[in-house]
Amino acid sequence: MNVLVLVEDDGELSLQAVALAQQLGTATAVRFDGAYAPAAWASELAGRGWDALVGPGTDRGNEVLAHVAAQLDLPFAANVTHVRGDDVTRQRWGGTLLEEARVHSERKLLTSAPFAFTPVTGPPQVETVTPELGDAVRVVEHIAPDTGGKVSLADAKVVVSGGRGVGSSEGFAIIEELAALLDGAVGCSRVVTSAGWRPHTDQVGQTGTKVSPDLYIACGISGATQHIAGCKGAKKLLAINADPEATIFAHADYAVIGDLHEIVPAISAELRKARPT
Amino acid sequence: MKIVVAVKRVPITGGKMVLTEDEQAIQTRHLGFTISPHEECGVEEAVRIVEAQGGEVVVLTLGPAEAEDQLRESMALGADRAIHLVSDEEWDAQATASALVDALTSEQPFDLLVFGNESADAGNYQVGIRVAYALDLPVVTGLKGLTVADGRVRCEQEVPGGRDVYDVPLPAVVTVKEGLNLPRYPSVPAKLRANRKPVDARPVERPTSKLEKLRLVVPEGQGKQAEILGHGPDAAPAVVEVMQKLGVA
Repeated sequence: MNVLVLVEDDGELSLQAVALAQQLGTATAVRFDGAYAPAAWASELAGRGWDALVGPGTDRGNEVLAHVAAQLDLPFAANVTHVRGDDVTRQRWGGTLLEEARVHSERKLLTSAPFAFTPVTGPPQVETVTPELGDAVRVVEHIAPDTGGKVSLADAKVVVSGGRGVGSSEGFAIIEELAALLDGAVGCSRVVTSAGWRPHTDQVGQTGTKVSPDLYIACGISGATQHIAGCKGAKKLLAINADPEATIFAHADYAVIGDLHEIVPAISAELRKARPT
Repeated sequence: MKIVVAVKRVPITGGKMVLTEDEQAIQTRHLGFTISPHEECGVEEAVRIVEAQGGEVVVLTLGPAEAEDQLRESMALGADRAIHLVSDEEWDAQATASALVDALTSEQPFDLLVFGNESADAGNYQVGIRVAYALDLPVVTGLKGLTVADGRVRCEQEVPGGRDVYDVPLPAVVTVKEGLNLPRYPSVPAKLRANRKPVDARPVERPTSKLEKLRLVVPEGQGKQAEILGHGPDAAPAVVEVMQKLGVA
């Protein structure tokens, strides 16, 4: 099978897409130069001969492949975790549910779900293409975020997240204190942003930011699938919750049972004590 | 200004995915339903634009008879009327787009067509883009900011490391993400008004799926055995020990 794979510059997820492509057949990799212009990139990809076109399961990967699907009127399976012949397993609900599906098409369009494939080692040979943009829709400006010098949620090694159990906007002071001590970022659940206690930019979840820290600390978060979809990429999860039956504990590596309003400050105090001043 | 917003009815899943016996759907007997979150922000945004500039918001869905609830919710947020393509079956993205295009033809001309970036349940990331191609309209996805002025829409798309900006002429298709705005809580009078707004219900037949769902599977790993570090503040030293072991403290 002749497989074309779209790669982006930012590494790991693209190398995972290459791994999926190599499972399917002989893979050739392409990346694009210049302004992001999904329709123009897709036209370039659609015009090439391939049996399968694979992309990374990123916003851009999914977007460009959807453009190809629309241009060629082909089915497109987003966020695939396994392939067997014409059948694929793909993620639903941000990966908290899987779907086994059959692709009724000779030509396949697939993106690889993040972290479902072991990335190939070493960069594959990549052809760089400068597409003809014409009057295609493209990025005309980039706005850098104002993070106030703090580590971003997506890049943080530690995320301290609060849920309904935090109780109020002011209640996040102890979450912020612990996050600052760990050089981490503050996160929250969807309930918290809906209540207006924190901005949506702090939301971890299926419809918020997907994080992959070394340690995720979930404070007063029940563990709805909406939230789990955003934090399941964490290497380790510590849950602090007053309810020993909370669903979050089924996803946790470490558990502390009790009132977060007492436990979180105690952890901060202990961290200060453990550090040479 | 005429804005059409496509919405989808999805269950509020809570903590655990439980499947029906035939493994074709989530067991929803004990669950509530809602508008898929990205799309709720789409409705809110459309209503805000029309409140400021005048015009009409039409909300469109493909779904079972019960999806009328989500159309009423959308109209309680401020949409003026609804089109309901009624089908009990689950449609793949390609067929969904094609049915929506058929319904939208009679709604032209409109200025803006709004979708969620991806549905909460199926997560196909493609219906809005397919519809844009079928109607020969420009499309920008994943928006966290959107400004309509002078016959154009300025679109801010969330990307790692900031926002990418696009500027496209109307009519256009946009797909939006939660965080674009904080949807209002509809007032009681708004809900009552919504019950009197018109819903145009049209039965539709599902074509053969090209991406055919065979079965759903609950992934493994929903049943870890957490190591209990302790109860209450006395657990703090054990927590710090773990942090040191993980190299984060």
